[in-house]
Amino acid sequence: MTETASAPATAAFPDTRPPGCPFDPAAEYRELRESAPVSRVSCPVGVDAWLVTRYEDVRSVLADPRLNSRAASPSNHVNTEADLDAPANPGSILHHDGPEHSRLRRLLTPEFTVKRIQAMRPYIAELVDQHLDAMLEGTEADLYHDFGLPIPSLVICELLGVPYADREMFQAASGVLLKVDITQEQRLAASGQIQGYMAQLVMAKLANPTDEDLLGRLIQRANASGTPLTVEELVTLGISLLIAGHETTANMIALSAAALLQHPDRLAELRADPSIAPAAVEEMLRYLSVVQFGVFRRVVEDLPVGNVVFKEGEFVIAALSSGNRQESVFDRPDEIDFSRNASAHLTFGYGAHQCLGQQLARVELQEVFARLYTRIPTLRLGIPFEKIEFKHDALVYGVRSLPVTWDTQA
Amino acid sequence: MRVNIDEEACVGAGQCVLAAAEVFDQRDEDGVVVLLQAEPPAELGEAVREAAVLCPAMAIHVED
Repeated sequence: MTETASAPATAAFPDTRPPGCPFDPAAEYRELRESAPVSRVSCPVGVDAWLVTRYEDVRSVLADPRLNSRAASPSNHVNTEADLDAPANPGSILHHDGPEHSRLRRLLTPEFTVKRIQAMRPYIAELVDQHLDAMLEGTEADLYHDFGLPIPSLVICELLGVPYADREMFQAASGVLLKVDITQEQRLAASGQIQGYMAQLVMAKLANPTDEDLLGRLIQRANASGTPLTVEELVTLGISLLIAGHETTANMIALSAAALLQHPDRLAELRADPSIAPAAVEEMLRYLSVVQFGVFRRVVEDLPVGNVVFKEGEFVIAALSSGNRQESVFDRPDEIDFSRNASAHLTFGYGAHQCLGQQLARVELQEVFARLYTRIPTLRLGIPFEKIEFKHDALVYGVRSLPVTWDTQA
Repeated sequence: MRVNIDEEACVGAGQCVLAAAEVFDQRDEDGVVVLLQAEPPAELGEAVREAAVLCPAMAIHVED
């Protein structure tokens, strides 16, 4: 075994964006794609890993059943205190593979079909308009806290059957859980809080599961399948959906606004023809790659990648943001171009774990892109661009806040 | 053009429906892909190929 062990890493995992380019991934990726598309890096968590940077390799490793997700939480390689040997919690869809993952995913997929999500579009559009109406009563707002965060939070609460009035607790807890460098105590405190909350909610739904919300329908569907979900499984599933459902989209809304306000030509295209919103959303998903540290996996069976062999027990990082900037796949990848077809981007991942809620995220972002910039045509930053604080230390990239202003509407 | 789908592999991501709604749908009960036309006309060829490329589970196979 030792004679075939992989060489130790000589470089650190690239986690620093180039100065002055807050929308570009770490500069190392460009060179790695050319010269060392499969390389060894040392990770903050304390292990060495294979770093895969080319688009084709990212897709092929993420679709390969010889890699598993148990230690994947979602970017454990950058968390210095992560326990890579922790068992996967029952019901944790992110950490199970194979038949157990399929069982959990199949119970949830009916809630996220294209048809189901399209049916939510009028409600989402109305929600966006209500928030814009409220903003337009003044002439300034924080586009993250007043707009980006409430819209997906309201949508996921409505879908799940979680009272929106309880949002402060779960928004704060998920903010902690998605930070890179939290201590075990912080993690336990935040997850304990959100688990206690979700457990109460789940118990109430179990006592009276109705068709009116996802948790109720999930309970009924699992019962009908002959394998009812346990309280623990339901709590874990509920928390995963609640966190994934609001943080990612909230960050995309505010971060893409920060980027588009720096690209007035692209913004003018969108204002002139809001029907291009779907293409614009795909392009911004590609360009911004908000799951900024990629996807972490562990090898369960040797597999060849390029001219090396990943050995059982080794770790792999699939660099989504790097693949999304590969020139042979996306022409002039560092430019925002709404006329390209960006829909094969890697931002929602690839393989069996590809984002379950991607169609919901799309519709939310499309309604925001089609409405925000036309309803507030004079929208601009309320602070100098250099003063914007970006979330370099969060698993989902974004801005901490985005003060904006506009002229009084005639 | 002939399309084959692997229902077992399908993870219900819905990418095929977005790419080619004339050819693919999803079952209401479990979100699994439903093939509406196994031999779609040539003008849908590009959309069907895109659906196959986008499918994260590689559950769509196209024969010419």
